[in-house]
Amino acid sequence: MTYLGMPTAPPGVGQLRGSEPFPRAAETALGNGQLRRNLANATSIIRAKRAAAVAELDDWQELRTAAAAIKDDVLANLDGYLLQLEARVTERGGVVHWARDATEANRIVTGLVAATGSREVVKVKSMATQEIGLNEALAEAGILAFETDLAELIVQLGHDRPSHILVPAIHRNRTEIRDIFLAEMAGVEPGLTDDPAALAEAARRYLRQKFLTAKVAISGANFAIAETGTLMVVESEGNGRMCLTLPDTLITVMGIEKLLPSFTDLEVFLQLLPRSATGERMNPYTSMWTGVHPGDGPAQFHLVLLDNGRTATLADERGRSALRCIRCSACLNVCPVYERTGGHAYGSVYPGPIGAVLSPQLTGVADNPSLPFASTLCGACYDVCPVAIDIPSMLVHLRSRVNQDNASSHRLPGPEAAGMAAASWAMGGRRRWTWLLRAARLGRLAGLSRLSRSAAGRRLLPPPLSAWTRSRDLPTPPEQSFRDWWAGQG
Amino acid sequence: MRVALFATCLVDGLFPDVARATVRVLRRLGHEVVFPQDQSCCGQMHLNTGYPAEALPLIRRHVRVFAGFDAIVAPSGSCAGSIRHQHADTARRFGDERLAAAAEGVAARTYELSEFLVDVTGVIDVGAYFPHRVTYHPTCHSLRLLRVGGKPMALLRAVDGIELAELSAAESCCGFGGTFALKNSAVSSAMLADKVAAIRDTGAAVCAAGDSSCLMHIGGGLSRLHVGARTLHLAQILASTRSEPALA
Repeated sequence: MTYLGMPTAPPGVGQLRGSEPFPRAAETALGNGQLRRNLANATSIIRAKRAAAVAELDDWQELRTAAAAIKDDVLANLDGYLLQLEARVTERGGVVHWARDATEANRIVTGLVAATGSREVVKVKSMATQEIGLNEALAEAGILAFETDLAELIVQLGHDRPSHILVPAIHRNRTEIRDIFLAEMAGVEPGLTDDPAALAEAARRYLRQKFLTAKVAISGANFAIAETGTLMVVESEGNGRMCLTLPDTLITVMGIEKLLPSFTDLEVFLQLLPRSATGERMNPYTSMWTGVHPGDGPAQFHLVLLDNGRTATLADERGRSALRCIRCSACLNVCPVYERTGGHAYGSVYPGPIGAVLSPQLTGVADNPSLPFASTLCGACYDVCPVAIDIPSMLVHLRSRVNQDNASSHRLPGPEAAGMAAASWAMGGRRRWTWLLRAARLGRLAGLSRLSRSAAGRRLLPPPLSAWTRSRDLPTPPEQSFRDWWAGQG
Repeated sequence: MRVALFATCLVDGLFPDVARATVRVLRRLGHEVVFPQDQSCCGQMHLNTGYPAEALPLIRRHVRVFAGFDAIVAPSGSCAGSIRHQHADTARRFGDERLAAAAEGVAARTYELSEFLVDVTGVIDVGAYFPHRVTYHPTCHSLRLLRVGGKPMALLRAVDGIELAELSAAESCCGFGGTFALKNSAVSSAMLADKVAAIRDTGAAVCAAGDSSCLMHIGGGLSRLHVGARTLHLAQILASTRSEPALA
């Protein structure tokens, strides 16, 4: 299978690629005790809340099935739904822009802001704009972007990167947040404590001024309704509502897969999303807008539809259901790998299990070859996914794409590919396999075990198997294989 | 009942006691056990590391070897899971509809040991005796791919003399994940550390599970850290009797 002709997310802009492979970044993160405690604490609380909220609904599995079917319909008919959305938004006074990738989206948004004459924008929490590195692009054009979501504000003031889709500052505890506010927040009270209410009050004072002065707001969208041209943002704090209603100009950047066909589809998704995301029956603020209304809310509305590798993802029939994702983060919170490494190790704004399948598809697997392997395939992610994305199977599929990509870019197979081929051959014949099991045992008896014993008496193997013996002992090889025992008992 | 044993390559080569124990339990319950000697590997390692083309001949072989049996029992949740969830799909991926259909047939007659005992034969008490403190790790693929649920625990509860200790965060992965343990050995070890600590906290002499690969990982950690607990496959506990006890 080839995936030629579909543009992937370009390198050098936005945040979908890490600077080092996952195993190395993960090892660094594992060494950070504060991070480990913050993550273990936060994920265990959210996990328990989600489980309780989901258990209240006796039709949860039916809702998941319905959501998956609705999203699959959107993906199968994306061209039609997108044109329908464009027509409805335009009819209601909005302007629709099409962005092939991050570079184009950043250019469009920067141009729109510049045209207003404003040098400041307020932002609603948005994954799409993090994905394309919009804040950096705006900064290059001399435009200051202020994140207004509390957690995004913490990340921005800390000159940090988000480490979770929904809780971007999950890697920070309240003492660290107090320290960031004291160092970076203009006009902050010098006696600020790490009491959560005090921290929220400090952020409120700081942000209120921005809301009242900003002329331009930038948002993402959780959903867009094709039949009505309605955009929707769900949030917890109300800061999004401020941004969506107070400024003169609203610019929304949205991935093309965020569509729903009709308004009634929200019945399904608004039950699934809050319970999966924060473990709440309903999120505190749900804002919807359709075009512009004279004298009420922003007078200018621009919708930027972003591809950035989504069409390339859609082209892979075994990978495309990653585009069902509604960014709830339930898979992050249950993932035993994410829980220990946090999000930064994944190198992308989309971390955890969904990030491990989404980021490599958006960038092309060659640019994220380690992410599909960043999972034990334990399946906890699939169990909680509200749109039933079979992440483990998709990881396995993407692993084969990575291996194929390696094979096609090298003339000789690597040691792993050669080993896999050799094992397949050896296991493919009864005599070969029986012989190999005996030879392996004889090899051990003939001194391999002695050779591989370190001074401390541990059996240590050469690379790559040393990765095993570094922290685990090897089993003692048996006197004979089962098949030899079976043959001997007659 | 005539039962074909799929020992799995790992058990065949490294943990033959587990296959022998499976045979003992099945024979004790009156079944005729056959071991088709052309069997080798289900291809799970190849598939899950991203080498479906290399797995295909193993799948073809497995399906040919086991096609004629009414019941195929494997002492492994992950191998049974691979057979049930990946074989036919992989055959289709390579355009082999005939193999896919045959693989579906074999998959439908393949059971992980606890499934076979509880669902097919309806036996909960297999007449085992194991007077030791045991904790049970419900391996990810048994739990979430096969959905064996409470079957292994039901079998263990019926064992005479056993003292079961609940494992905290039991459903968390031990960190094995096949080649994950090598490719991401640091994260794998961090997960193993928590599993080992949970096992230690139970005070159990034995950590049992239905998959020798997970047990190899957990056992490697228990041994390295001299925790004083060891691993046994579920089959080994179920095979243990007063006259032929398994050692704790």
